[in-house]
Amino acid sequence: MEFVSPEGLRLDGRRPMEMRQIRAEIGAVSKADGSAVFEMGNTKVIAAVYGPRELQNRSQQISSQALVRCEYSMANFSTGDRMRKSKGDRRSTEISLVIRQTMEACILTHLMPRSQIDIYVQVLQADGGTRSACINAATLALADAGIPMCDLVTSCSAGYLNTTPLLDLNYVEDSAGGPDVTLGILPKLDKVTLLQMDSKLPIDILENVMQLAIEGCKAIAKYIREVLLENTKQLEYRRGV
Amino acid sequence: MRGIQLPLSQTQKVRLQKALEKLESLSSKVNSNASVTISDSISVNHEDSVLKGHGTADLNGEVVATVCGIVERVNKLVYVRALRSRYKPEVGDIVIGLVVEVAQKRWRLEINYSQNAVLMLSSMNMPDGVQRRRTSVDELNMRSIFEEQDVVCAEVRGFQHDGLHLQARSQKYGKLHRGQLLSVPPYLVKRQKQHFHHLEEYGTDLILGCNGLIWVGEHIEGKDDMVDDQVNESAPEAVLPSKNYVSLDQEKNYTTLETRKYICRAANAVRVLSTLGFNITLEIIKGVVDLSLSMNLDIHDMLGSEFCVLVAEKEAERRSSNKKR
Repeated sequence: MEFVSPEGLRLDGRRPMEMRQIRAEIGAVSKADGSAVFEMGNTKVIAAVYGPRELQNRSQQISSQALVRCEYSMANFSTGDRMRKSKGDRRSTEISLVIRQTMEACILTHLMPRSQIDIYVQVLQADGGTRSACINAATLALADAGIPMCDLVTSCSAGYLNTTPLLDLNYVEDSAGGPDVTLGILPKLDKVTLLQMDSKLPIDILENVMQLAIEGCKAIAKYIREVLLENTKQLEYRRGV
Repeated sequence: MRGIQLPLSQTQKVRLQKALEKLESLSSKVNSNASVTISDSISVNHEDSVLKGHGTADLNGEVVATVCGIVERVNKLVYVRALRSRYKPEVGDIVIGLVVEVAQKRWRLEINYSQNAVLMLSSMNMPDGVQRRRTSVDELNMRSIFEEQDVVCAEVRGFQHDGLHLQARSQKYGKLHRGQLLSVPPYLVKRQKQHFHHLEEYGTDLILGCNGLIWVGEHIEGKDDMVDDQVNESAPEAVLPSKNYVSLDQEKNYTTLETRKYICRAANAVRVLSTLGFNITLEIIKGVVDLSLSMNLDIHDMLGSEFCVLVAEKEAERRSSNKKR
């Protein structure tokens, strides 16, 4: 199948290096300590953060740092064919683990000993790149909850189809079975916190694809910063003196 | 951006936008570029030594923020004041909490902090007002003082090895009843000299807990009503018919309709202010209640979008007039 036309356009009309439109909104769940909605094209994810709060299970207590928990789920209506999925299936447990590890790396857990932070992410619309969208939404929600972090984590995916590196794959490109690299970075520290790849890539091409994904992550980071700064300013001026 | 979720008509939207813009213009002159987000570097003068406070971290010799908030500087100290976050206790704060557990010699209270707070039996006044060593009998009778799900007002005593401790060594602290508990983001409540307020004209009490829990209830006289109980008990029971007791009891548990209405009005005022994200102080709450009274508004209409827009406009007016003075 042809994923990049001779004119250099992808199936949804983007250029290979182009990202889908992103949109973020803070404060979607009123009862949560922090919450956000993140959209990348047709992919839409909602995240809610509760905590730091008292541990539900005392035996899990860590006296020097906070416990981070994460639950990923996919709404039944999020995909094309409506499917009833069991809660603890393999895919969602794996993604929960990935998100938890990525977020734990940037949260300064030692500042909140003997407490727990719960992150709940749910996919409302799935169109490829849900993993990245979930991580971005979780970052925003954590920042909204006022949880100290050493840096924002942003994530973006990239692939390699028809001998062209492609940024931010959608569902059709994702299911083509080609290499799919999901990358999470700390933009300020310039460090990689997450790197996942399906199928294989030659090492020299991997570097190109990774570079592309890094550029994508940085663009997302820039946007997320703007959203957070605007939100902070709003809260401050509304509050007044 | 955190939007205000209210069904607004087109004109209301425009009016609210206008009021918020006015508020923005009023505040932006004070500190326009003090807002930071996570991992923004904070400019400091490196010649002087810098003390890094809360919400900051060191990154390759640079001071960076670890939370979203406002940069504050006090002499050498640089810190970031986070806006939306859980409550951060300070010694001497007045907080309102919910009892979640009655444990050995202590109650555990949920106070919107990262851990539950501890209120020791020994750090509160006994209901009989006598100072003495707490016996095992007192310990067994702890549920007669506070039970699970009770709303309690106390003061932050400090950190001990096993967590945050509270104390309630005065008549003004203790169990709260006959009123409403409201929860707002803690950054909206500013620490002040006075957190207990008596709204005389409405006959209500208002307690602004530093942890974002706010109590609006019927006014309770400062006198020690437990002493009254003792007097009653010492009086020979045969003299007082038991019916009389019931009526006395009822009177104690009865709040007049008028007062209840005022409690609801004040509570709704707090709700409106919290949805708009405005600072919550006694004067502002009073202003909103008076506004609703002067408009002859029903209590439930106070949560409608029209009143919300009106409050925003009034607040903009108030702040600008404060500025001129």
